[in-house]
Amino acid sequence: MAKYLAKRIFYLILTLFIVITVTFFLMKLLPGTPLTNQAKLSKSQIALIYQQYGLDKPVWQQYLLYLAGAVKGNFGTSFQFSDQPVSYLLSSRIGPSLQIGLQAMILGVIVGIIIGALGAMRQNTWVDTTTTVVSILGISIPSFVLAVLLQYYLGLKLGWFPIAEWGGFIYTVLPTLALGATPLAESARFVRTEMVDVLSSDYIELAKAKGLSRMGVIYHHALRNSLIPLITIVGPLAVNIMTGSMVVENIFSIPGIGEQFVKSVLTNDYPTIMGLTIIYSFMLCVVLLITDILYGIVDPRIRITGKAN
Amino acid sequence: MDNEKDILEVRNLQVNFKTYAGDVKAIRNVNLDLRKGETLAIVGESGSGKSVTTRTIMGLNATNADIVSGSILYKGQDLLKKSEKEMQAIRGQDIAEIFQDPMTSLDPTMRIGRQIAEPLMVHKGMKKEKALAQALEMMKLVGITDAENRINDYPHQFSGGMRQRIVIAIALINYPEVLIADEPTTALDVTIQAQILNLMKELQDKISTSIIFITHDLGVVAGMADRVAVMYAGKIVEYGTVDEIFYNPKHPYTWGLLSSMPTLDSSGDSLPSIPGTPPDLLDPPTGDAFAARNAYALKIDTEKEPPFFKVSDTHYAATWLLHPDAPKVTPPTQIVERQKKYAKMQKDWLASQKASTPIEEEEEQQ
Repeated sequence: MAKYLAKRIFYLILTLFIVITVTFFLMKLLPGTPLTNQAKLSKSQIALIYQQYGLDKPVWQQYLLYLAGAVKGNFGTSFQFSDQPVSYLLSSRIGPSLQIGLQAMILGVIVGIIIGALGAMRQNTWVDTTTTVVSILGISIPSFVLAVLLQYYLGLKLGWFPIAEWGGFIYTVLPTLALGATPLAESARFVRTEMVDVLSSDYIELAKAKGLSRMGVIYHHALRNSLIPLITIVGPLAVNIMTGSMVVENIFSIPGIGEQFVKSVLTNDYPTIMGLTIIYSFMLCVVLLITDILYGIVDPRIRITGKAN
Repeated sequence: MDNEKDILEVRNLQVNFKTYAGDVKAIRNVNLDLRKGETLAIVGESGSGKSVTTRTIMGLNATNADIVSGSILYKGQDLLKKSEKEMQAIRGQDIAEIFQDPMTSLDPTMRIGRQIAEPLMVHKGMKKEKALAQALEMMKLVGITDAENRINDYPHQFSGGMRQRIVIAIALINYPEVLIADEPTTALDVTIQAQILNLMKELQDKISTSIIFITHDLGVVAGMADRVAVMYAGKIVEYGTVDEIFYNPKHPYTWGLLSSMPTLDSSGDSLPSIPGTPPDLLDPPTGDAFAARNAYALKIDTEKEPPFFKVSDTHYAATWLLHPDAPKVTPPTQIVERQKKYAKMQKDWLASQKASTPIEEEEEQQ
């Protein structure tokens, strides 16, 4: 296991290096400059600013300088937010995105599993139809439409939750619901399909022949075996959601990083773009690693053992 | 018919399956008795209703199954009148089942010790540790080598033969009164088949359980069963002791089944087969369902269903050929000849298998 982990961590670093390199050069191809009011500045002023930020050097030099800094944990300073260090800027903003994302994932996946299992247990009844409708709606309604609907009905009409503010837990409820719809729908769909399959398998027949109750069969035998394919989709989905949905963050005025990504791309804020990219790819790599380990825990057939025999 | 020694009596059982095309009459008036301690083999080709009969006994039929009529008396109580909860208490405790394919009948994500222990925990309310200790004993009893170290392994770490031993351990852990074995050796290699059959016979003596043995393999029947029931198109067409069915079969379908079994004495180039296919049970034919495939069919076979005619106290067959007015037909003598030799050979073979020590099974370990 330790050997496996070491190997995976090596690959993680390699992946990050490739991502940094590719993003750095792609970013330089973006049209425009980091300057906001280029027209009002003289040539010498522009040159001065470029020099100040090291943008006057050839691109390959900038790249090497960036790498050297990144290894030491220095990711540069943001152009657009009054020279704040990128590491500080992102670490202060990733919290809300992570919190909302995590809450949405946990809520969505748990409720999704329950709904999916119910649909499979009551296959071809109204329960099953409801499950299918819910998951189709969850997948097809964009989260920002749901967000506005939630704001209007639960926030404005009923007044249960604040509409667009950031504070304690109560402020996270609506964005969590809006973001949780997708993981809920996806997991419900996957669990339902898989459990229908599992419930018709021989070992479920054997479990029934042992005299287990209906719930016992589901809980002890069907559930675990139905969750295996779910792990595959939950990982990438979690990264997507936890790194912040810019639209939902905008709608609910959440000070997260999703919103910042768009801004930094639009303003050619190179250090922030790089910082965000590194965070995204790092999280994706870690989540994929966790997914692979989880596979082994849920399914003994693909358990990672250090020894070959 | 009402025998005190009968542990299980199936009476006038009729089961339909509701489909979009109509009702499939899968079981058409089946009567069965299982005596205490005996092995009853149910033989027939695919789709003849063998498995549906046992599923109905277990109360595990598909949701579109409709039990039209009949009763299944276990120790005098009608299982068909029991609630799902009452049936759960019987399954795995009084009546257990061994399934056909050991590669798919074990939960891939649960340790085998726990799988064997589960019926104890469900029915006896045993704590996990105590149940696992008993599971270990059972593993040794069914011949799993190095049981102490294997108890925490997962099914994929065992070979097919070993897995079937585990399935047998699961079925027998509560010492059930009735064991239903649904083609337990069909999915196994021939060498492993003999081991599993010997194991079942051995355990039957130790645990004194009655076995309903479902198979389409007559070779297995000769060595395993005390009595045989031959099923065709959802009906039992002939039943009797194993010797009566093998040496003195009366129903043309049984003749066909027996003569389509190759033996060492088979002469000629071709193996006889029963022509045609089983009838469509959506709309079963009037009269004898086998008539269309029967070279010995009489006119009455297509008009009226044959009742059971008594051959001996234990041997009955549903064919008009046994009617006193029926013309005398003799089954091809060479078939009868072959049946006799065949049966003798099977017995010798199984006896020799039993005498020799079982070959150690190779085990796949990850």
